Amino acid sequence: MAVTYEPIATTTLANSTTAEVTFSSIPATYTDLVLVIAGKQQVATTVKLVFNGDTGTNYSYTRMNGNGSSTASERYSNQNNLPIAYGGTERYSIVTPIMNYSNTNAYKTLLSRSNPATTFTMAYVGLWRSTSAINSIKITTDNLSQTYFSSGSMLTLYGISAA
Amino acid sequence: MAPVYKLSTSRLSSRTSYSSMLAGNAAFLPTDFESIATVTVGSGGTSTITFSSIPSTYAHLQIRGILRASRNDAADGIIIQYNGDTASNYSSHYVRGSGSSVGAGSGANQSSMPIQDAMVGQTGGANMFGTVIIDILDYANTNKYKTQRSLGGNDRNGAGYIDFSSGNWRNTNAITSIDIKALYGTGFAQHSHIALYGIKAGA
Repeated sequence: MAVTYEPIATTTLANSTTAEVTFSSIPATYTDLVLVIAGKQQVATTVKLVFNGDTGTNYSYTRMNGNGSSTASERYSNQNNLPIAYGGTERYSIVTPIMNYSNTNAYKTLLSRSNPATTFTMAYVGLWRSTSAINSIKITTDNLSQTYFSSGSMLTLYGISAA
Repeated sequence: MAPVYKLSTSRLSSRTSYSSMLAGNAAFLPTDFESIATVTVGSGGTSTITFSSIPSTYAHLQIRGILRASRNDAADGIIIQYNGDTASNYSSHYVRGSGSSVGAGSGANQSSMPIQDAMVGQTGGANMFGTVIIDILDYANTNKYKTQRSLGGNDRNGAGYIDFSSGNWRNTNAITSIDIKALYGTGFAQHSHIALYGIKAGA
């Protein structure tokens, strides 16, 4: 039985001076990708993805969240990157399945669940309007001049293979 | 170590020498998350996606897919039925973000479990698909009614929804087949892709 769910790459940050992490040369041999981030930031801000280096306004997303007393939902269209979470200054978790990432008949869709536990629980559905297979993912934050992932933040990319 | 020999099927004198006990074979890598079956919808579409003859050897099931509806509308949802049961033995709840507000709903004594917004329809935008991940827990346990949960939705660059849902099937039978149909429309469009996985428990 072939391995179906396996790690492709992992980065654990040794310091607090990294503002972006890129997983590149992603093989097209899986069906879905899952990005898992056990993170923390120097400044609380949004965590975002850029696929294949595309910084055109080809991204959009719809999200909802609960903050312990109320709920909210927002949508953003024609963005130049794809937010997947609000990253806090305390430890947070993000799990982001990127569906059918190498399917050249479909724009790429992702789901994301994130828990900056002291502020929100959140869910996202996101779209990248490209039929290209995803071969690189840059994970970054809102304000590169001030915002870094903290030491110990771990970012892992998994691949899932369907039969 | 001493070499390992792989004998020829034609004559004993012909053999290949290896320094590993694998003798040129790939290593067996046990996995706890296995692919059971996959459906890719072809041209012309299909009305129902069925996973049948599901073995009871796993602890949980997971369904992952991108879906496009044949419905002549912007979006559609799906419904789930287990073991061909179309009686009113299902119930469900959902929380749904519209991009401007969050709503919730439920249904009791239903003939299926609906999951909203898992598909983009024919007028929702070219090449756009909805998506859903469904977890079906302890699906083979004959002492329990069966429960599922899902995260799904669609974004269409200016429209869409994000959804959580949960469902219950009031039956203790092991789940051996799963039917997936469109909630409102007639079915699934080409290039829809959905896969069933089994997740093992520890020994």
